[in-house]
Amino acid sequence: MIVFIEPDGRRREVGARVGISLMEVAKQHGVAGIVAQCGGACACATCHVYIERGWLDRLDPPEDMELGMLESAFEPGLGSRLSCQIPVTAALDGLEVRVPPRQG
Amino acid sequence: MVIIGGGQAGAQAVDSLRREGFQGRLVLVSEETELPYQRPPLSKKFLSGELTTERLWFRHQGFYDEHRAELLLGAKAARIDRVGRRVWLADGRDCAYDRLLLCLGATSRRLSCGGAELEGVHYLRGLTDAIRLKEAIRPGARVVIVGGGYIGLETAATCRKLGCEVTVLEMGDRIMNRVVAPRVSEYFTAEHAAHGVSIVCAARVAALEGGSSVERVVCEDGSVYAADLVVVGVGAVPETRLASDAGLACENGIVVDECCRTSDPAIFAAGDCTNHPSPHYGRRLRLESVDNAFEQAKAAAQNMRGHAVVHDRIPWFWSDQFDNKLLIVGLSFGFDRLVLRGDPATRSFSVCYLSGHELLAVEAVNHAKDYMAARKLIAERVPLDPEKVRDPAIALKDAI
Repeated sequence: MIVFIEPDGRRREVGARVGISLMEVAKQHGVAGIVAQCGGACACATCHVYIERGWLDRLDPPEDMELGMLESAFEPGLGSRLSCQIPVTAALDGLEVRVPPRQG
Repeated sequence: MVIIGGGQAGAQAVDSLRREGFQGRLVLVSEETELPYQRPPLSKKFLSGELTTERLWFRHQGFYDEHRAELLLGAKAARIDRVGRRVWLADGRDCAYDRLLLCLGATSRRLSCGGAELEGVHYLRGLTDAIRLKEAIRPGARVVIVGGGYIGLETAATCRKLGCEVTVLEMGDRIMNRVVAPRVSEYFTAEHAAHGVSIVCAARVAALEGGSSVERVVCEDGSVYAADLVVVGVGAVPETRLASDAGLACENGIVVDECCRTSDPAIFAAGDCTNHPSPHYGRRLRLESVDNAFEQAKAAAQNMRGHAVVHDRIPWFWSDQFDNKLLIVGLSFGFDRLVLRGDPATRSFSVCYLSGHELLAVEAVNHAKDYMAARKLIAERVPLDPEKVRDPAIALKDAI
């Protein structure tokens, strides 16, 4: 299960299949605020999310491309990641992710 | 509301119309039998087997049910009756519309030389093309790719990864010659060579030959390339037949205004099929671009509901070849200076197109920062100092 906190504060607890990306989970469930225009190619920075405190170090660190993209995302901050670059694993059960008010 | 075409634009329009609060009947007509899906991975992660069909879908069936979007899949729109405001399908059914959105896309330009109809000659546009190609690829197969553009080169990289022997035949003097600067072509030529792809430029295909199936490609200069399969990627032509048959203005695409309106006020168009004005660049464009399809469909959806949202985006594109990501933003028409930032030998650099102090376009190779910075600098016409642009130690966003 993954918890998405939508821009209006609504909590969405959704089931997630291991192996797909966090972005795909969000799109499948119609989570508000995740655009993901490029479909996961790390080319648009419109699937930006904030990983909630305590979860960040359980993820593989971002690669340079992702870091470069995030630099100009909307209000990047601590916990900023591109959700298309995070594969869902069993260890992420319960992960909390906040969606920014806008993308780009 | 009726939407014809289930590609990026059509799928986005469904989403946007409902998000904007449209409550009435919403029908999407698509010739394809699959749920609307993403095309960019077809030459990359789908062909390589990393992504299944399901993972290409924009939305699952549940989304369309929940949003009361009627999907007429495998349904070909045959004719538009503009007076009766009705779309006639090839199977005899019809749908009435108040507003119609045409998202007809583009189709692969076909080879017209001898042998073009042989078995083993592939195009790559839709899922059925990709499935057919995927099934034909075998390790060790000799694959000849006609056309050194995005599709050709991405397919070349994927086929090579799958163990094929790959030759790319490009008609021009360098690969991607219509879309990137010479330095970028040079870089990708070297990357392909390093991975064992053979690229031949100034190669004009004269004929495809073989028995029932293609066996070789013959060029005008007499050179011959043995082939088990041929993939043709020589560009696309906008799909306009339905529109032109209905008497809508078409010229290199369906002609629309900045609000995505065709010459009929009840009919809108979005995506690759449109010839649309770009207020930013002050010229008409016809783009093959995910972003354009997405954003134009969003604008069209609002305008179909009576708004007048102007579609004015800085175009952007990307291409993945081997482990390289090429990111392009902007259009270089009218540039007077080309500036290289960084050293291609580091595998991360960009090429900036300037007109005076204005940044027009950037091609970034494995360089997300320059690309992302450029998106803002171009859109806001931030005046830059070309000397600072040249210095990779200065962040592009600070080259003012």
